[in-house]
Amino acid sequence: MTIDGKYTAIGKYLPRVDGVAKVTGAAKYAGDINMPRMLYADVVRSPYPHAKILKIDTSEAEKLPGVKNVITGDYYAKKGGLYLADKNFLAHKTAKYRGEAVVAVCAETPEIAHAACKLVKVDYEELPAVLGPLEAMKPDAPLVHPDLGSYRVVPIFHPVPGTNISHKHFLKKGDTEEAFKKCDKIVEHEYYVPHVQHCPIEPHTATVKFDASGNLTVWASCQSPYAVRNALSDSFDIPLNKIQIISEFVGGGFGAKAGTTIEGIIIPLAKMNVGRPVKFTYTREEEFRDAYVRQGMLARIKTGVRKDGKILAVENNFYWDGGAYNEYGVNIAKAAGFAGTGPYNIDNVTTNSYCLYTNHPVGGPYRGFGMCEIHFCIEQNLDVVANELGISPVEIRRINGLRPGDKTGMGEVMQVSGYQPCLETILKELKYDPTPRKVGDHKIRCMGIAAGWKSPSQPTDAGSSAIVRMNEDGTFFVHTSAEEIGQGSNTALTQIAAEVLNVNPDRITLKSGDTNMNPYEWQTVASRTTYCAGNAVKLAAEDLRNKIFNLAQMKLGYPARDMYLERDDENNCTWVVASKYHKDIRADIKTFSLGMPLEDGSGIGGPAIGVGTFTLPNNMAYNAADSQSEKGVAFWTIGVTGVEIEVDTETGHVKVLQMLSCFDPGKVINTELYAAQVEGGMIQSLGTALYEAMILKDGKLMNGSFLDYKIPTAYELPDRLESFVCEFAEETGPFGARGIGEPAMVPGAPAIANAIANAIGTRFDRMPITPDMVLEAINNKKS
Amino acid sequence: MKKIDIKFILNGEPVELTVAPNHTALRVIREQLDLTGAKEGCGAGECGACTIIVDGLAVNSCLMLAPELDGKNVLTVEGLAHDGKLTDVQQAFIDHVALQCGYCTPGFIMSTTAFLEENKKPTREEIEIALSGNLCRCTGYKRIIEAVEDVVAKRGGK
Ligand code: FES
Ligand code: FES
Repeated sequence: MTIDGKYTAIGKYLPRVDGVAKVTGAAKYAGDINMPRMLYADVVRSPYPHAKILKIDTSEAEKLPGVKNVITGDYYAKKGGLYLADKNFLAHKTAKYRGEAVVAVCAETPEIAHAACKLVKVDYEELPAVLGPLEAMKPDAPLVHPDLGSYRVVPIFHPVPGTNISHKHFLKKGDTEEAFKKCDKIVEHEYYVPHVQHCPIEPHTATVKFDASGNLTVWASCQSPYAVRNALSDSFDIPLNKIQIISEFVGGGFGAKAGTTIEGIIIPLAKMNVGRPVKFTYTREEEFRDAYVRQGMLARIKTGVRKDGKILAVENNFYWDGGAYNEYGVNIAKAAGFAGTGPYNIDNVTTNSYCLYTNHPVGGPYRGFGMCEIHFCIEQNLDVVANELGISPVEIRRINGLRPGDKTGMGEVMQVSGYQPCLETILKELKYDPTPRKVGDHKIRCMGIAAGWKSPSQPTDAGSSAIVRMNEDGTFFVHTSAEEIGQGSNTALTQIAAEVLNVNPDRITLKSGDTNMNPYEWQTVASRTTYCAGNAVKLAAEDLRNKIFNLAQMKLGYPARDMYLERDDENNCTWVVASKYHKDIRADIKTFSLGMPLEDGSGIGGPAIGVGTFTLPNNMAYNAADSQSEKGVAFWTIGVTGVEIEVDTETGHVKVLQMLSCFDPGKVINTELYAAQVEGGMIQSLGTALYEAMILKDGKLMNGSFLDYKIPTAYELPDRLESFVCEFAEETGPFGARGIGEPAMVPGAPAIANAIANAIGTRFDRMPITPDMVLEAINNKKS
Repeated sequence: MKKIDIKFILNGEPVELTVAPNHTALRVIREQLDLTGAKEGCGAGECGACTIIVDGLAVNSCLMLAPELDGKNVLTVEGLAHDGKLTDVQQAFIDHVALQCGYCTPGFIMSTTAFLEENKKPTREEIEIALSGNLCRCTGYKRIIEAVEDVVAKRGGK
């Protein structure tokens, strides 16, 4: 910041600091590693959704020349997991979904490993399978985890032993029962969201190597190196100081690479081959099925309203199809549990959010962390309620959308809320009009809107740290473990450091993605990085600045109190200036890079390093009985999406013509990166609304390829895709910033669903809304 | 399997290599030549992350067998910039923030580079169609299309 209070780096566009590396092919991703004497792993997968493993015969596979090891679940017997220790990296005794890895092989080439897998004989006894969330709830349902009662669990989660419930999240505010009695209208609806896939273009990959002293190095496509380090340490009893996780660039994560999946499978194999790296990369089909998937979800929403449109009470029941292991999924059910109202001011709320074990692929975090799913239901439901009351979708949102001072479902008072300004911005920019318009003889155009909110779902003590070092020439290194997964953290964090130090961002190099070299970061998830890692970087830069001022007092002869830093791009330096009254008394910041020499020839201060550590301030635990908390989350990011669509009534095809979003991300750090991230989120939501679903038949994935599972391409780009912003500063955010990565995706799908309903008069309670569904609805209307 | 000797031009320089006949061009370029700009996203011709230019045409190198490289003129993303100077396509991708995670980026840049040789004045729809074989999960494509349009405009195509 300049002396007259202007930002020099924040709130501006700085080109991505990783741009050149990424357009030249120089950026290194985990799978780009080539090392001599590399071994390759592959796995044998279960052909049944649920089966007891009776006998495994590996003898033929072992005989194949080039095969090094063939191992079974016995090597992975210790269960682990982020929140609930229910998972083995390889199936142990039972296989719980169709595709689960049951045998791991390592060999001299990928081809030999693959051939060896085919020679392994496994005898199974098929067990009855649970293939949906409601099925899982039935009292006589087969149990996916009969030993649930014995698993280690973080105490905020509540598995119910003897059932398939891995977590039941309960929230109660006010008295819904009483409030429903006072309502003029009660509306009840059910919605369904299928499993979808993150589809990062980089499939999961990991290479691991043990050296002779027992040090383990892991090159992994992972979003959260420190969490991976912890999981591997716990599962394989390796001390943390012996594990190094390297992950410089990640080729898209969206949550799929937040946990620990592929890395754990190859650890025992590498241990048997000390000195030789073992590599394992998922095929695209495995990426679809065996990385995390976004859980399916069934929602039942009961809404009570007054004639004038005020919502008096809401009762939500969410049933999450968590799949075979819920170590991470329980937290999604929790997040949905406490965000279940959406961004609305409702006095009486009851929410039950169940995470359920099924014999489906493993659910896990996906951009939005449950919010995309619940808002598909909440925001459509709001339109339905408005319709039944005879008021407009806009009106019901103006009446109920959160304003500052309103209370969330958790009972927290919103200090800031951009809901209403975001809504008005979209209405104005879109020239919102929900009346269908005929175009030609078989096309209808129409608009729809939806809102959404998201908070980070993280432990209240989740920590971040950063180190800032100054070099002798006045350039800097910033060390963090925020992971660059495409969201632009390297660029945004560089800007934050540049702002505090008033240096040209060109003079800063950001280092991340190596747990041995960079300090702790809980995880790169939850849209928390700008906020949490950003705060840590800001504190580290401030620490360094204060140390420099401390030394400069001696050199300049003026107190640190009035000093400031001044960026001088012309001379390619930054000045430490004595005060605004003594602007000519100054020293180049680099003078202090190694401390300061004193007149008698001794020195003081030492090399310039700043340290910053950050934990969420006042993010308090919630009351276990009703999920109420004065401040249960770090922050809420709120926004609104509006779309115009065109339905072809002859083909049922839906084209999105305009898609606009406005969010309140607090202070925007980088204007273009904000817009780019919001655009990406919108298109990802468009994919889920219109194309994407994992088709699971008896637990078997039927469409595990980009040919059979369509994601949006350049051809589906709407004519107008645009983002807007309403900036209401987050009090504890760095320069007032909060997160945007996930919220960007939340309101898109329901906005499209609402527009389709407005266009053809039929509402779809499930997505994706495909041409055959639309056509059938149109034809039914005709007949 | 008997290995095969091949010779080709790679990024302007002659290369002699002994390859396994069942290895793909992508694998050989990445693993034997350590040029890892071209990525594998699907290994089945569905994502375009592995796009390279062979005799002027953009191809999915995951679908091309290594022996087919023999006698060809091959360009990978590493061969575009010279002496630290980026091509206009590379620069436009940076200027328009047409990349996020960057995993799809080399593929998009190679597809764009080949396409603009073929069609110097493409319409927006032609660009969209030309690039619809390259998948990107991060950007939402808008900025990629704008980057390509910018190159076309600056080259005097529009
Ligand atoms: S890796 Fe070649 S097209 Fe996907
Ligand atoms: S930038 Fe990530 S896939 Fe395109």
